[in-house]
This record gives sequence, structure tokens and C-alpha cells, in this order.
Amino acid sequence: MKKRLPTIFLMILFAILMLNGYGVQRFPKPEFESGYLQPETLQPTSRAEILGMLDVIVLAVSMAVVTWLVLKKRSRTGVFWASLFSLAYFGFYRQGCICSIGAIQNITLAIFDSSYGLPLTAIAFFILPLIATLFFGRTFCAGVCPFGAIQDLVSFKPQKLGTRLNTVLGLIPYIYLGLAILYAATKSDFIICRYDPFVGIFRFNASFGMFIFAGTLLVSGIFIARPYCRFLCPYGVLLNWISRFSWKHMTITPTTCIQCRLCEDSCPYDAIDMPVTDKNPESRSTTIRKLILICFLVPFLTVLGGWTISRMHETLAGVNGKVSLARTLLQPEKPTDQPEQVEVTAFKSSGIPAARVYAEASVVLKHFYIGSWVLGCFLGLAFGLTLAFRMVTTYQPDYTPNKGTCYSCARCVDYCPVGGNELTPDKT
Amino acid sequence: MPAATADCLTVAGSLKQTGTALTGHCKKPKQLMEDPGNNQKINRRRFLAAGVRGSVLLGIGGVAALVVKNSAAGQMVWQLNPAKCIQCGRCATNCVMSPSAVKCVHVYAMCGYCDLCGGYFKPETKTLNTGAENQLCPTSAIKRKFVEDPFFEYTIDEPLCIGCGKCVKGCSSFGNGSLQLQVRHDRCQNCNHCSIARNCPADAFSRVPAGEPYLLRQVADDKKA
Repeated sequence: MKKRLPTIFLMILFAILMLNGYGVQRFPKPEFESGYLQPETLQPTSRAEILGMLDVIVLAVSMAVVTWLVLKKRSRTGVFWASLFSLAYFGFYRQGCICSIGAIQNITLAIFDSSYGLPLTAIAFFILPLIATLFFGRTFCAGVCPFGAIQDLVSFKPQKLGTRLNTVLGLIPYIYLGLAILYAATKSDFIICRYDPFVGIFRFNASFGMFIFAGTLLVSGIFIARPYCRFLCPYGVLLNWISRFSWKHMTITPTTCIQCRLCEDSCPYDAIDMPVTDKNPESRSTTIRKLILICFLVPFLTVLGGWTISRMHETLAGVNGKVSLARTLLQPEKPTDQPEQVEVTAFKSSGIPAARVYAEASVVLKHFYIGSWVLGCFLGLAFGLTLAFRMVTTYQPDYTPNKGTCYSCARCVDYCPVGGNELTPDKT
Repeated sequence: MPAATADCLTVAGSLKQTGTALTGHCKKPKQLMEDPGNNQKINRRRFLAAGVRGSVLLGIGGVAALVVKNSAAGQMVWQLNPAKCIQCGRCATNCVMSPSAVKCVHVYAMCGYCDLCGGYFKPETKTLNTGAENQLCPTSAIKRKFVEDPFFEYTIDEPLCIGCGKCVKGCSSFGNGSLQLQVRHDRCQNCNHCSIARNCPADAFSRVPAGEPYLLRQVADDKKA
């Protein structure tokens, strides 16, 4: 007992010291005698919230103006100036954030993470263009989206790519959209923002890799008009599908197509559907055979896609921070000269048990398994439907803009010789 | 069929103007009007399109209703929690801004006004003066000013600060922890997904309401005691 006494005494002393330590600074604040006034710690605030509402108003007004310019005024010049304004405001002034394309991820995160506080501006930026497109076609792409505007400026010598190439490259946005939603839903990453090519240009501070990416897009954009919009933009997938059912859509001719073929080469985006007026339509048996093929092919591709991508769910999950931390922690420690990874150091100093990280990572992996099935099925369905649309021949008499891929830029309008306001032949 | 005739005349008129002779195509609108099957088809297609349009509108409304429960009244901004920060130095290199929007912030209320400041001087400094060789800060962004014996005031020259966190590490190891890294919102672009947050090894970054955009520690926590 006597031997233990000093130990107990020391422990009590230590406990008192510890208690004292709480809330007390290592070096107490001095009591100044010279009348020194302690300065305030400045806390500059962020951009005023009212300006966020202003962005939404500017978005709504510019969409209304562009829609009016395209559908009513049928003025390419007007759309051009409107797109310059959008480039200046949403691009260089607002520096590309928040944008409708990136808002997909905010919305997805809000659906899957109840703790995430979704700004109202993000909801507005996501939903307003979708509604406008549902009624008037993709006028948002024509003159409001700063990404479209900057690419539109450089498309000097647009070349035709041909239907096949357009269809194949047009599948990339589905992959991008699917991955973006998967990563946002699993709280892993915002890949649309991470690989946003133009935001670095708007901010004049692109990293080398992103500068090369943006440069490639803009230089190739001279010959392939709007490469990002057509072959990457994930928001474009939504707009494309919604626009197909739009209430009013811009037309090439104000009244009736006269098949003069003048507009045939006017579209830089290959978005004009040529007339298909076959006098001898394909036989009934061919049509039935095609229908049966489609009915088997689409579900098959859907399941095949789901199965294939679900095989890759562990690779896809590597992006998630928790999964990668768990993997690093699980790695057998090798006696190397390399210093410990800073993630591991941070984790050790945080005092969280490793078992919790493993448990969390396995939950994330499960989410990725389900998510990759959904992603795969979605991609399979998209590929299958694209194939199906390629097989089906749609008969139509006139030159019309393809409601899905047309950006309503109104270039073709200038090529149409049919006057809009003439009601009688005498009135000129 | 007055409408079709008028159309044909318009077409013919405009063709005359452009000098193209493709009058044969004038038959087309007439055909469309006369063919009842074709007409029906268009109606059916229109009906279907209207149906789909309605359901898409419902779908958009559904998504909006789903997310509106999460909607924050105001903007969210990024901020780092000094209690979690391990001063790894990535704030200086991973921000989209150059120099970084993360800066060292001095909470004067916590400062001990030490002569031997762990945030100002390099560990093995012999003489406590403002010589460049003594300073921990790589950009000399901390200004040391004599107040009264033996106290010194330290202020951050924010335009010079690159947010490397070297001084923060020094202050929290040897001092009161009054130097803390914070996202300065006059510089922060408030990216949708913060580039530093993605690379932060300590998971110190989070979205906070724009109304209270700072997470400064005002008193020493138990870790420092």
C-alpha cells in the first residue's frame, strides 16, 4: 500500500492539472498596461445572397428573350448577341458557377443525402431550363448556356460528321451523365465540375491539363461545332429527351417547306432531318422482323449493361474517399523509405477506430454495387434505344430540325427563302 | 381550302422572288389536307406528345418536390474546421485560386502575444528578431510588432499569405492555437464542389450556411490543453 501511495498521489495531481487544462490557454492572455487595443479578427463575408436570386432572374429573363428571338423574331443576330451577353454574365462574371450542368449533381446529392442543404439557386438553375425546353425546345442551349456560347463563337468551319459518327459519339453524354449521378449519389465526387473544361477559362486560372482539354475542345470546335454540347454535355441528354416532346419548337421555314434544299448544309450540328419520302415503304414482314429484333435486343442490352458495369463496381468505388482510405489502411505495412501517407497520418491522429472506416467503406461499396447495376442498365437501355432508332425509318416530307439535337440557334432560318410575313403574293 | 391555296400562292410568290422554279411542290400541302389517314396520324402523334409532355412536367415537379425538403433558404459556402485540420499544406496547392482562398487567420482573443512565437519563428532560431532567416512563413506574411515588454503583436498580411499552414502548425504545437486556417470568402469562388475539400486528407472541409461562414475556434479546446 505504501508503495502505491506516490502513484495515486501523482495520478491525482495529474488529474487536477488536466482539469485545469480545459479551456485554459497555454500562454494566458497578457494584461496590457500601455493601453494597447486588441484588434478585431476580420471575417469578410461571401457574395450577398440577394445576388444569387439576381442570377436566377437573369437566367429566366435571358431564356425568355432568347426564346422570343428564336420563335417569334427568328433572328440569328439577336440570338448571337444574347449568347454574348450570357457568356459575359454567366461565364466571365459569374465564372461558370453555378451552372445548370453542374446542378444535376446538387439535385442528385439532395435526393440521396437528406443532410445536404440545397441552395434554391441550384434548384432554379436545374429546373427552369428543363421547363423552358419542354415548352419551346432547347433555346437554353442556343443563347443562355455560357458553355454553348463560347463554343458557338469559334465554330468557323463546321464540317458534317455523318449520322454514324454522330450517333456513336452521341452516346458519350449518357456515360458521363450516368457516372456523374452515380458519384454524386454516393457522395463521392462531383465529376462534372471536376472535369469542367471551360470554368478554368472563365476564371483565367486553368490547370495545365484542363487548359489542354479546353484548348482541344475549342480548336476542334472550329471544325466540329460545339463538341462539348454534342458529345459530352450530360445536361444535354436531359434536354435532348425533353425537347423531343416540346410544345412549340423552332421551325426552319415560317410557313411551308418548299424543298429548295437551301438549308441542307446550314446546320453546323447536323441537326436537320432530311425528308424521307419513300414511295415504296419497306414490306410488312421486314417491319415485323425489325420490331421483334428490337423487342429482344433492348432488354438484352439493358441486362447485359447492368451485369457488365456491376462487375466493375469495386473499381468505380475507388474514387470514394472512404473506400480509398480503407484500402490504404488494409494494405500490409511494408518497410519502405517512403513516409506515411498524409491521409493515414490524419486518420491516426483523429482517433477514429479503423473498424468504423471499414464498416463505412463496405456500406459505400454496397451502394456502388446497386448504383453500378442501375448505371449499367441505364447505359444498356440508352445504347439499345439508339440502335432501335437507327433501325426504324421515320417518313417525313420536309426539312425539319431534329427536335432532340437542335440547339435552336436559328442559323438555318436565314437560309430559308420562304418569307414569314407574306400572306398574299402581291405584298412584298 | 382557302388556307392551302393561300400557302401555295405565298410559296409561288416567294419562289418568283428568289428566281427558283420549283412550283411542282405546291401540291404538297393540298395532299396533306385531303388525306384523312395522314391527318389522323398527326392528331394521334400530337395527342401522345401532349401526354408525354404532361408526364415530363409531372416528373420535373416530382423531382422538385423531392429535393425541396432539403432546400436551404440561402447559399451554402465551403469552410474548413480548424479542429480537424492537420496543416498538411494542400490548401496552398489545391485551390482553384492562385494564391489560395484559404488564409491564415489570427484570432487575437486567443493569442498569448509571446516573444518566442511558435508561429513566427523557425524552431531553432537563436535570436528573436525579424530577420528573414528566422521566419517560419515562406512569404513573410506575418508582421511582428512590439507592444510592450515582453509582448509582441502578430498580424497576417493576407495578400501575401498562401495558406500553407506552416505557422498554424507552429502555433498549435508550441502556442495557444490562435493562428487558424480559414477559407476567406472575399476570395473564395464558392465552387460547386471545393477542389481542396476533395483533396483534404483530414475531412476538414464542409458546406456551411453563408450566414455563418466562419468556423474559427475562440477558445482552446481540450486537445491543446
